[in-house]
Amino acid sequence: MENTENNQSDAEIPSAKLEEAEGPVIFYNDKVIDHFTNPRNVGEMEEGSCDGYSLVGDPECGDQMKLWIKVEKGRIEDIKFKSFGCPGAIATSSMATVLAKGTSLDEAKHLSDDDVVEAFEGIPDHKKHCSMMGVNALHAAIRDYEQKQKCPGK
Amino acid sequence: MIYLDYNATTPVHPEVIKAMIPCFAEQFGNPSSFYRIGREAKARLHHARAKVAACIGAHTDEIYFTAGGTESDNMAVRGIARLLKERGNHIITSSVEHHAVFKTCAALEKEGFEVTFLPVDSGGRVDPDALSKSITSRTILVSIMAANNETGVVQPVEEIGAITEEKNILFHTDAVQAVGKIPIDVTCLKADLLSLSGHKLYGPKGVGALYIKKGISVEPMLTGGSHERNLRAGTENVAGIVGLAEAVCMAKDTLDDESRRLCLLRDRLEEGLAENVPDICINGSDAPRISNTSNITFMGVDGESILLHLDLKDIYASSGSACATGSAEPSHVLRAMGIGKREAQSSVRFSLGKETTGADIDVTVNAVSEIIRKLRMISSI
Repeated sequence: MENTENNQSDAEIPSAKLEEAEGPVIFYNDKVIDHFTNPRNVGEMEEGSCDGYSLVGDPECGDQMKLWIKVEKGRIEDIKFKSFGCPGAIATSSMATVLAKGTSLDEAKHLSDDDVVEAFEGIPDHKKHCSMMGVNALHAAIRDYEQKQKCPGK
Repeated sequence: MIYLDYNATTPVHPEVIKAMIPCFAEQFGNPSSFYRIGREAKARLHHARAKVAACIGAHTDEIYFTAGGTESDNMAVRGIARLLKERGNHIITSSVEHHAVFKTCAALEKEGFEVTFLPVDSGGRVDPDALSKSITSRTILVSIMAANNETGVVQPVEEIGAITEEKNILFHTDAVQAVGKIPIDVTCLKADLLSLSGHKLYGPKGVGALYIKKGISVEPMLTGGSHERNLRAGTENVAGIVGLAEAVCMAKDTLDDESRRLCLLRDRLEEGLAENVPDICINGSDAPRISNTSNITFMGVDGESILLHLDLKDIYASSGSACATGSAEPSHVLRAMGIGKREAQSSVRFSLGKETTGADIDVTVNAVSEIIRKLRMISSI
């Protein structure tokens, strides 16, 4: 009987299966590659036009991210980010901003790294920690905004 | 495709393949068999051993074939440590060794050996005086690489060999990245043990050799048959060994011309990038280097992101640090040279080889310049 697995060319083995058998494979799907090569909402905001700001780092790998939000009537009106990091960090940060833009602050607070991974229909397992950074930066910027609302002088 | 990762591995040279092919199905005998086809296989093995020996200035019976550079390094470091543990428990190595030596020494440390990991200067070089001073009455082995895989920096191995000879301590050098790129002669180096690998010099993967000077022994790691004069059990990989020998000879024959050619190309790459990309640092450029290797820090951008952009353009390079597991440390080699964690994370290695052309270099310079501009626009640093 033919062994179909052995007849598969190397390139045809699904990456998840390859990873399970042979160890980590850095493989990103087209959606991740798209956000990596054309990240959305890249940029900065002037201090005057920004309502919340955060600077977060991923202590595990040295990645770093800055994020700005503009809030209008309890909604994230605009969002900008800049990021130093691996492809996984850049793509997931981009996706986090896309998911957050236009949502209410309450919805944005509930956005999780799983939502980011789901929006990509999966990212490599060993890159999942990268998806935390965008979400962490978003939550930190919202906290900064709320702090400023409480103490407007600061 | 533009392949600039020859320090990772090389394509097998067509002449090497030609030499190997008869060994698979036609001349398949086991060198240990007494009948004709076995004797013929043994003769081929001997011929290959003589060729490798001649290329590095050794005697035929000082060459032991292994399954690669990592095994050669393990066989040397572990084998000497275990054999001489009654005499002493101190090993001296450097903080920029390949993991095959670095982690083997770290494992021996856990077994009770005392290991000195010598620091390097900002150029990536070990100081022979510091090495000399770290020798104690308990020192049994010094293991310092000939050329570094990540930066190409060449260690002062001749000076180190002179020190170890004078102090009567065994000297092993991991020459996996050096053989075929710079002249390597075990008598000039005064090396007692030397590791080399096939697939770094256009030979096959899964085969390497360890030179062990006559009169020195190691404790074998594999037990079994009496192959390789009782030091490495297991039926010999005849095809691989024949290929390795062919590759080592060819690399030696073409060494002068090829290293000159690659040096010009490497300079073209570095000058091109220095002209077009601000804020870069060429690591190890003040030290002598093998001519094919360039390790560059691009401030403010992540190495892996550069590599993926290059990959998407069908250009292949590598970095010593990949954020692959979530806890991956940036290159221990760059860190040992005093380069910051973030700068180390921002570094890429280009290693050139036989197929590299001037046009490849120009395309790469343009591609890298564009990629860095793009990533710096995104960068938060």
